[in-house]
Amino acid sequence: MAVEEQAESAFNIFPMDQFVIRPLFGGDSMTWYTPTNMTLWMGVSLVLVILLLVIGTRGRAMVPTRIQSIAEIFYGFTYKMIEDINGKEGLKFFPHIMTLFTFLIFANVVGLVPYAFTTTSHAAITVFLALSVFLTITILGFVKNGAGFLKIFWISSAPLPLRPILAIIEVISYFVRPVSHSIRLMGNMMAGHAVIQVFAGFAGALGVFAIFPVVAIMAVYGLEVIVAIIQAYVFTILTCVYLNDALHPGH
Amino acid sequence: MASDIVLAEAGSAVSEHANGMPQLDFSTYPNQWFWLIIMLISLYLILSRIALPRIASVLGERQGAISHDIEQAEELKQKALEAEEVYTKALAEARAEAGRIVAEAKAEIQRDLDVAIAQADAEISAKSAESEAAIGEIRKGALKAVEAVAKETAGEIVNMILPGSGDAKAVNAAVAAKLKG
Repeated sequence: MAVEEQAESAFNIFPMDQFVIRPLFGGDSMTWYTPTNMTLWMGVSLVLVILLLVIGTRGRAMVPTRIQSIAEIFYGFTYKMIEDINGKEGLKFFPHIMTLFTFLIFANVVGLVPYAFTTTSHAAITVFLALSVFLTITILGFVKNGAGFLKIFWISSAPLPLRPILAIIEVISYFVRPVSHSIRLMGNMMAGHAVIQVFAGFAGALGVFAIFPVVAIMAVYGLEVIVAIIQAYVFTILTCVYLNDALHPGH
Repeated sequence: MASDIVLAEAGSAVSEHANGMPQLDFSTYPNQWFWLIIMLISLYLILSRIALPRIASVLGERQGAISHDIEQAEELKQKALEAEEVYTKALAEARAEAGRIVAEAKAEIQRDLDVAIAQADAEISAKSAESEAAIGEIRKGALKAVEAVAKETAGEIVNMILPGSGDAKAVNAAVAAKLKG
């Protein structure tokens, strides 16, 4: 019990501090163009993307090097995902979806580096991405199919009396999509990082018994690596699924 | 113990710590969006202009090389099959040729052999005729000698048994008559 009393003052846990956006070069004022810690870590992930996909494939080797092999797998994985979900027409959007997937997976994974900033844990970022996807797909759907795009709300395979009810549900779910799309990613990214921070706070106060929170952090960290990759994948695959509505309404 | 924990919310008096969720600080949104748009545009340009066409061309080239190699292998296999066919044909021809040569050689040998056998036969028959002639002569000589010896022996025997009886002519005639009979 003495340990706990000593530790009392050490329990200063600020799990949300890691999400604070600060000007990168000091100063208090922050305008819309001030480089921030978020800017720095976005830049880091951009550099990593360039290292993997541009520098790594520089050799254009017939027999790929390790890094080129990873880049090719990354490419092939995304390509196949779009081809499987959207068919050949979806491949027009391959660069856009690849951009999205690359950004998400690198931002998520880079955010796991200790002291790094997790870009994708911010609502501003995920809401922006989800709304962009939502608006792009809605506009694309109407441009490609005209009023026929509304068929996605009219389930022709359901019995006729049920269709209006289903239509209401479909419309609601359509407009909820950007919300769930963005909150899912942000929540997943934020929660795990906050949990790690809380455990780390315990570890600082427990002395020898810090071994328990440290082991817990290791476990949660492993989980977070999986979550980081899976959430990037989920966001991207949902984008493909939503895109499918615009490309093939009525399916 | 949990009540002892000073969480960020509770520590709002400390200015350098976060107040609530920094995610809901809307004053930072324009800044985040600005950098996010720059990030996405640069990422898009890098990917669509450099990285993706490059990887696509590498993958395409590899696919092309693989199918080209397979095609070439197929061609080589075809060639090998053709070569085998030619080889088999040549082998069969060579076998036939060899058979023909063997037959020819056999025939020639047979011819030589026949000639040699005929010659040998002729020689043998000549020799045997000669020998027969010689044997005939010897026999004739022997008969004469037998006659002479018989006559002489008979004359001697007659002289010894009956000395002075009979003359040589009568004895000779008697012997000749006996030999003929």
